[in-house]
Amino acid sequence: MNKRFGARALLAASVFTGLIAGAPAFAEAKTDLVLAMSTEPTGLDPTAAAPVAIGQVVWQNVFEGLVAINEDGGIVPQLASAWTVSDDGLTYTFDLQDGVTFHNGKAFDAETAKFAIDRILAEGSVNPQKALYSAIESVETPDADTLVLHLSRPAFDLLYWLGFPAAVMVEPTSVETNATDPVGTGPFAFAEWRKGNEVKLSAWPDYWGDKPALENVTFRFIADPQAQAAALNSGGVDAIPEFTAPELVSQFETKDAFEVVPGTTGMEVVAGMNNAEPPFDDVRVRRALMMMLDRQAIVEAANSGFGTPIGSHFSPSDAGYEDLTGVLPYDPEKAKALLAEAGYGDGLSFTMKVPNRTYAERAAEIMQAYLAQSGVTMTIESSEFPATWIKDVFKDTNYDMTIIGHAEPLDIGIYARHPYYFNYDNPAFDATMTEIANATDEDARLEGYRKAQEILAEDVPALFLYAWPKIGIWKAGLEGMWNNEPVPSNDVTDARWSE
Amino acid sequence: MHQRARGAPARLARRFGFLVASLVGVSFVIFAVMAAVPGDPAEIMLGTSAAPDTLAALRHQLGLDQPFLLRYFDWLSGVLTGDLGNSYTYSTPVGTLIGERLAVTLPLAGLAILLSLAVSVPLGVLAAARPNGPVDLLAALFAQIGIAVPNFWIGLLLILGVALTFGWFPAGGFPGWEAGILPALNALALPAIALAIPQAAVLTRVTRTAVIELTDEDFVRTARAKGGTPAYALWRHVVPNALIPVVTMLGLQISVLVAGTVLVENVFALPGMGTLAYQALAQRDLIVVQNVALFFAAIVMGLNFAVDALYAVIDPRLRR
Repeated sequence: MNKRFGARALLAASVFTGLIAGAPAFAEAKTDLVLAMSTEPTGLDPTAAAPVAIGQVVWQNVFEGLVAINEDGGIVPQLASAWTVSDDGLTYTFDLQDGVTFHNGKAFDAETAKFAIDRILAEGSVNPQKALYSAIESVETPDADTLVLHLSRPAFDLLYWLGFPAAVMVEPTSVETNATDPVGTGPFAFAEWRKGNEVKLSAWPDYWGDKPALENVTFRFIADPQAQAAALNSGGVDAIPEFTAPELVSQFETKDAFEVVPGTTGMEVVAGMNNAEPPFDDVRVRRALMMMLDRQAIVEAANSGFGTPIGSHFSPSDAGYEDLTGVLPYDPEKAKALLAEAGYGDGLSFTMKVPNRTYAERAAEIMQAYLAQSGVTMTIESSEFPATWIKDVFKDTNYDMTIIGHAEPLDIGIYARHPYYFNYDNPAFDATMTEIANATDEDARLEGYRKAQEILAEDVPALFLYAWPKIGIWKAGLEGMWNNEPVPSNDVTDARWSE
Repeated sequence: MHQRARGAPARLARRFGFLVASLVGVSFVIFAVMAAVPGDPAEIMLGTSAAPDTLAALRHQLGLDQPFLLRYFDWLSGVLTGDLGNSYTYSTPVGTLIGERLAVTLPLAGLAILLSLAVSVPLGVLAAARPNGPVDLLAALFAQIGIAVPNFWIGLLLILGVALTFGWFPAGGFPGWEAGILPALNALALPAIALAIPQAAVLTRVTRTAVIELTDEDFVRTARAKGGTPAYALWRHVVPNALIPVVTMLGLQISVLVAGTVLVENVFALPGMGTLAYQALAQRDLIVVQNVALFFAAIVMGLNFAVDALYAVIDPRLRR
């Protein structure tokens, strides 16, 4: 009797305490977020190394720039609250935010900004994007809240480049250790990096702007997409902002517990050709090859339909994007005629060096089949990425055709670079890039980009295939994540869990 | 007489000297191969937008502009004094990186070996006790499948079949030992099973064969003639002797196990030596690859040496 009573009391007590303990979980929204990424960053200093994974952890979350790129690819104020550009396009004057401090307590002012920019330009600088800022001739600090950049030539895109991870503001005493212990001005401070496993950030109480809703953010590194999917399914992670295996997406689309959000990135997947060597020095051959490919079919077959076919080297997430897939649409008959006109009526054969990345391998195989239908023999040769590919194709230009995703944001200017691995040389295109640099307002800049896209669509220095999708998958209830990704990033400053 | 004068200690000393010399040779080969592998670490770190002067600055900063032999002796003398250098990409001492990763890989490999022995020895002995009996057939089937199926595939099946269906184990990742012994072991359980199954399959076969061969030996018959039960003869006389080929095979299998950890750690997203090696090679973090490769070589060669020394313990005939 006594015993039975005891058991009941225990049961009742445990139910009661269970309710109390459980109650806060219902009342308060979650403030932790665990994200999965495919690649672990190599160091956490975006001003010292190029891998996009670095920016995908720290950009906007830990480090901020004078300006920022928003989800739509637009330029918005950040540590600079406003700016003016002189009529000749050679002087940029920035008004800096007041009361900003770094995570180590040091203040941010014009001197710090000058330091950060001078450091990019310095001799011996290892900033991966140094070339983008080469128009800056000198930096001046008339007072603590004003920064003036003097340019040697007009470069209207400079504002956009200043929004990049490579141009974030860094604190002078932290530069030696930012790779392992980053110190920025962002809403999250670096907490811990368990190498091979995860990076943890925590909300920084003294942030100058709007405080983030999240308290703790963990970036977990899981290379295998199957393992990523398993981790999401089993609750180990809350979100995969950039899921890399389109064929595994359908399992999440059917479940209410998850949300699948397809968007685009600034990465264009293109099959670059050696434009200096025959047969690719003949524009008729390049156009013919483009017309032999059904881009939508490539996206369907290689990427389960995720991705947007493109007609030029611009992505739908870039401001000023134009759909130019209609310029050289899939038309095998016309393609064959054009190829015959160029003197290859009996067929054509060449080798494609394919980086050992799934998306590239799949697309190459489908391209091979399409080209074969039109009498073009493409031999596939595998190339280890990045190491061998960078040396062989990119540096030594020892290739006929290749295929790669160009992830750098707004990188249409690569076709005006001499040398560059396409060996493409078109004075009209170069002139257009100069027009863009000379622009003094946003409309003129975007107009220039439209013209540049059109030139490339006609001239096809590379076969334009598709813009890489950003397949976001997260638990239902997570809000404020980016749908599109014009700049490689996982900006979680607006992320929050709904009640 | 002569044979006895050069006893086990001298033999071991000679083999140890050989081991050290081999490791130095291996270190040179590793370094030379890494230097010859296409791909410049600086280019990979800076990506496709880097200007030539930026590249040169980084190569200088990393010491990559030094002559080959100088770099080799720099590395070797560092290794000998315990300074393995700084990872190019992580900007962290390589010794620290390897230490952190060993805390995952060593327990994982140890767990896999224990599991494989715990399954294979009893199974092999029971199979041999009744050749063509039901246990023997089961063991044969297990061995057949275990040898045929690669361990990373077993890993994927375990994730899909066990982790996601029942939720008893995490589907990947590692909470760290600071999260407690149980969560850590829980995270290592499925990968250890994935590593252990192919190994257990091989060892089951070896155990079975060894036991069957020994059952007909004179000393076993003698033991039974003196009135020992079959079980006594088996466990007291046959099994200890059968362990010699099992341990030999285990020693030979270490390199397979080491290779297996690379794949299995990647499947389960475990931050071990395998993932470190894989990632570092892809990024041409050559200093890390060199040290990890040398470490793996030292482990494989050292364990073979240890197995050699173990014979003397297991087999009294070698102990003179």
